[in-house]
Amino acid sequence: MAVDEGLKNELQKQGIFVTTLNEIYNWGRRSSIWPLQFGLACCAIEMIATACAKYDIARFGAELFRPSPRQADLMIVAGTVTKKMAPMVVRLYNQMPEPKYVISMGACAISGGPFRDGYNVLKGIDRYIPVDVHIPGCPPRPEALLDGLIKLQKKIDGQKIDQMDGYKEEKNCEYPVPQYGKKGLEPMHNPDTFTPRLDWPEKNTKGNLRMPNYKPQAAPAAPKPQPPPVQP
Amino acid sequence: MNIEEIKTDLLKHVPGLELTVEGESFVVPKEKLLETARFLKENEKYRMDYLSCVTGVDYLAARQGQPGQAAVGGQSELASDYLESVNHLYSMEKKQGPIVLKVRVPRNNPRMPSLTPLYRGAEYQEREAYDLFGIVYEGHPDLRRILMWDEFEGHPMRKDYVEEDQDVR
Repeated sequence: MAVDEGLKNELQKQGIFVTTLNEIYNWGRRSSIWPLQFGLACCAIEMIATACAKYDIARFGAELFRPSPRQADLMIVAGTVTKKMAPMVVRLYNQMPEPKYVISMGACAISGGPFRDGYNVLKGIDRYIPVDVHIPGCPPRPEALLDGLIKLQKKIDGQKIDQMDGYKEEKNCEYPVPQYGKKGLEPMHNPDTFTPRLDWPEKNTKGNLRMPNYKPQAAPAAPKPQPPPVQP
Repeated sequence: MNIEEIKTDLLKHVPGLELTVEGESFVVPKEKLLETARFLKENEKYRMDYLSCVTGVDYLAARQGQPGQAAVGGQSELASDYLESVNHLYSMEKKQGPIVLKVRVPRNNPRMPSLTPLYRGAEYQEREAYDLFGIVYEGHPDLRRILMWDEFEGHPMRKDYVEEDQDVR
């Protein structure tokens, strides 16, 4: 039930402020995102810089890094997620109250980054928990993290209270915590939320193409050069 | 302290020692490692009281396409494939070092004596070499994995280790 923008502005000039419950609720939520205070690798240093005076994440209301997941709204996965650490990250996510959001910061948290082919590195935290904003970079600059935060704020602004997943009673917000196995984590990803992309035209370190039948799209044929118009 | 001098001293004081000099390091047979290290630690001239580093190395000749290496501490069965444990000894008292002791063992039976009874600081580093390379240090008080979890199988830093493919549906 949106109020007409023109009418709203007109009323505001007369000293009457009109809003909707949804709008003011989201305004409150997006202006006080409390991140969970934890970092996994070098990206955490950039996250700390973002929180300090020079970049000052407090301008966006997200300066209160909480030491407990029970008080946090946002999990910034800053750094390489090793297979040994992944169960703890998922468990911390499970312990956060709804509504909760995840920013995957840096190449490692997105995909494994430069350590992708290592025996000990998870190829992206989105294999186990849902990610709202991916910030590429190695590591991303503080400006990039702020940009990611603004994008998250826009997402929060667009949400409707009665349609949010976390508020639905039937929704199970517990994500299964992976177990340590003989070669790595079991399961290797959460099959309900993630499917590995097998058509990725990518060579691994052994030089094998992941998808042997992949053919890159042919480039469009160059237009034929037109002959210069003949003068009559 | 040059390498020839150390070699002469070692040969003089450690009976029955077969020593190979390799660059700035010594290749010691595993049976004599503890004795050699004890001599270097306790001798007045050396006083190597600090073990700074224990490193595992995997020499997988078949994969590198190298011919078998000839001189491997006088142990002919180690001609091609072996695991190596490199120990760097320093002296805090005399401010000297390092003296490098290398021990080579076959890949299919990688057992060698532990230096932990002599240098307590070797404990975690030997556990790491055990975890990642599978070198079994005999005489170690608590030899179990240190980086990987207990349920993990295999030794991931060995060159023939194949890591799992996480991209299977």
